Amino acid sequence: MAMDAGEIEQLIKAALPDARITIEDLRGDGDHYACHVVSAAFSGKNRVQQHQMVYKALQGRMGTELHALALQTATPD
Amino acid sequence: MLDDTLRQRIDQEVGSNDVVLFMKGTPVFPQCGFSAAVVQVLSHLGVKFKGINVLEDPSIRDGIKEYSAWPTIPQLYVKGEFVGGCDIVREMFETGELTEMLSTRGVDARPAA
Repeated sequence: MAMDAGEIEQLIKAALPDARITIEDLRGDGDHYACHVVSAAFSGKNRVQQHQMVYKALQGRMGTELHALALQTATPD
Repeated sequence: MLDDTLRQRIDQEVGSNDVVLFMKGTPVFPQCGFSAAVVQVLSHLGVKFKGINVLEDPSIRDGIKEYSAWPTIPQLYVKGEFVGGCDIVREMFETGELTEMLSTRGVDARPAA
């Protein structure tokens, strides 16, 4: 099970068009990523809600196709 | 599938223990790096918690993801409320928010060194 970094970025962009996204393939295996997402849509939401928005954008792939995605979210300052 | 019986079981667990960690493996023998990381944070803070091994119970393993609308394990609950998974717990620990939140909710924790 693996997923391309470009595909992750596309899915997040589709749900959060203003997002600035940085993705790092931690092991070079297409299965362990660190992802940093900055979007104004996160404003007023707590961390759990922000991460839930990203998971929703990934349409169920998180925890199935995508094993590990270390996630950090922030609002633009 | 999260049916009523399962929801009640989870409600019961998170309601009757101050700090509950749904994890892969046990606090003494975590079987996943992410679960181990959360155990390490809680142990470091001297927080007493109940570990629930989802590997022993496939219905809980699936049900808890629906319960919290959160797709991954581990999941930390404090006083009945979902706090987050590994990334959030680690981030909150590093900023000191975790210790603060625990003490606000009346859970004993040592301040992070």
